[in-house]
Amino acid sequence: MSRRWLLNRLGRALVTLWLLMSFTFVALNLSSEPALQVLGPDAGPEAVADFNRLWGLDRPLWEQYLRHLGRLATFDFGLSYRTSDPALAMVWERVPATLSLMLPTALLAVAIGVPLGVLAAIRKNSVVDCAAMTFAILGFAVPNFLVGILLIYLFSVWLGWLQPSGIVDWRSWIMPVLTMASAEAAVFARFARSAMAEVLGHPMMRTALANGIPWSQAVREHALPNAAIPLITVAGLFFGSIIGGGVITENVFAWPGLGRMLVDAVSARDYAVVQTIVVLIGMTMILANLFVDLAYGWIDPRIRDQRQ
Amino acid sequence: MSLAQTLDFRTATRAMGRAWRRWPPMVVVSILVVAALVLVALTARWLMPYELDEQNLLNRYAPPVFMGGTWEHPLGTDSLGQDMLTLMLRAVQVSLSIAFLGTVIGAVAGTIVGFVAARFGGWVDGVVGVLVDFQAALPFLVLALALLAVLPDADMGTFIVLMCIYGWERYARLARGLAIAAQEQGYAVAQRALGAGGWRIYVRHILPNIAAVLVVNMSLNFPATILTETSLNFLGVGIEPPDTSLGVLMGQGRSYLYKAPWIALLPGLVIFVATFAMSIIGDWLRDRLDVAGR
Repeated sequence: MSRRWLLNRLGRALVTLWLLMSFTFVALNLSSEPALQVLGPDAGPEAVADFNRLWGLDRPLWEQYLRHLGRLATFDFGLSYRTSDPALAMVWERVPATLSLMLPTALLAVAIGVPLGVLAAIRKNSVVDCAAMTFAILGFAVPNFLVGILLIYLFSVWLGWLQPSGIVDWRSWIMPVLTMASAEAAVFARFARSAMAEVLGHPMMRTALANGIPWSQAVREHALPNAAIPLITVAGLFFGSIIGGGVITENVFAWPGLGRMLVDAVSARDYAVVQTIVVLIGMTMILANLFVDLAYGWIDPRIRDQRQ
Repeated sequence: MSLAQTLDFRTATRAMGRAWRRWPPMVVVSILVVAALVLVALTARWLMPYELDEQNLLNRYAPPVFMGGTWEHPLGTDSLGQDMLTLMLRAVQVSLSIAFLGTVIGAVAGTIVGFVAARFGGWVDGVVGVLVDFQAALPFLVLALALLAVLPDADMGTFIVLMCIYGWERYARLARGLAIAAQEQGYAVAQRALGAGGWRIYVRHILPNIAAVLVVNMSLNFPATILTETSLNFLGVGIEPPDTSLGVLMGQGRSYLYKAPWIALLPGLVIFVATFAMSIIGDWLRDRLDVAGR
């Protein structure tokens, strides 16, 4: 991989990071008088002045901006407006709960989605294909919160088998993971099918068959590795959608994770916490996208040559 | 009409001819469903049996007709005794307006930005690229939540703007890529040789040629737009009562899933039907008009 390409890509990641931090600053300044929103509309002028001094809101805008960048760059996210605890520590506490939902979701989504999509492509226009694609459209058209509510209605209200909210025991994971995995598996199935269908139509496959390689071996050794390449892109997308999907699913099931904390902080206008979560998610996404791009060059020799 | 234009026109009509030849039943049903929803959204004001903020605390949680209710409230009432049919009509109107206006305005703005990037290149192109990168770096739901945390009193207008922000990037990327590719094609080169100015080529020649791709993407993206809006409102950080949307209704109804499941399930059903029908239409348009995926 050429150094020039790498530097260019790193530079773009840094510019994106800078834009992300600037975005949080602009958003903060869009709010009209944060002091009144936090202290309530009846706060006296002295209390407001104190608040502004405490948060540095009485400084000129450019100074605020530079301080803001400096703080974020040193992982100083300030104190929660509501509880005055360090925002980063509050957010960090919620990370394990969110990760414990996302890992099983990711495994289940790949385990269901990819084989389904590959099978649908191999048996194009069969019953399997038709079922897989109906599932894919359903997964796309049914929002996470509707799936979640239907599951609660079925398993909690109707059958009374599962607790509808919070973490009680291992069974608490069943409904949230099913909710998220069904949507993600649909995305994987869709992509796997189109990637596989494209490779199967490639002249390379005809050549392999003409050389006398059995169909199953050609699929296993030639089609599958090639179809896996576009799926790397999906992995990057997946990361974003699973975080977005997590916000909703955590709220439906009252899950004590990042997503629920984000929405609570938005309702309470606790901007320090909102900003911390936004920057952390943005940073993970930027890193994930960077790795996806690097992985492409590493796995696919054609792209590696292009970047020389 | 120039030769190039005549030929373009002919390929376009041939594509349309292919498009109309086959009407799978699922597609016909989907189109009828979407047409019915649009009709409801347009006439909601006159269909509402009650006022939007009319409450009857003596008649709360009245079940809908099909669950043993009366025709006084065909779809039942909610936790404040408001008529569900009235709320649902307004919700369909609000959610469809946001999704439709947001999609169209976002698509127009994005296409213009994409053309500007393709036309000027250089640093303009660079700035657009960085903005696109930025939006890819943050899940839109999170970005929208960050904005809703600071914007006072969200309403329908706020959400239309949010949906534009959601969509523009996709069309900007598409329009930029397609315009750069089209610049190299015979018809654009011919027009330039004949002395047509830069923008004239974009609006009169390149735009009609890529319109199919843009329209297909709008229809494919429409369900995602509805889902994004309803998700945000479901979380209870968006439109405030007495106004409502399908997401707001579901968000309110989830607390009464044991006592009055219809409050959450009715809007959920409408969201599902709308997005499902639009997905089918979008997929069908893509296949018929021979447009490769996103």
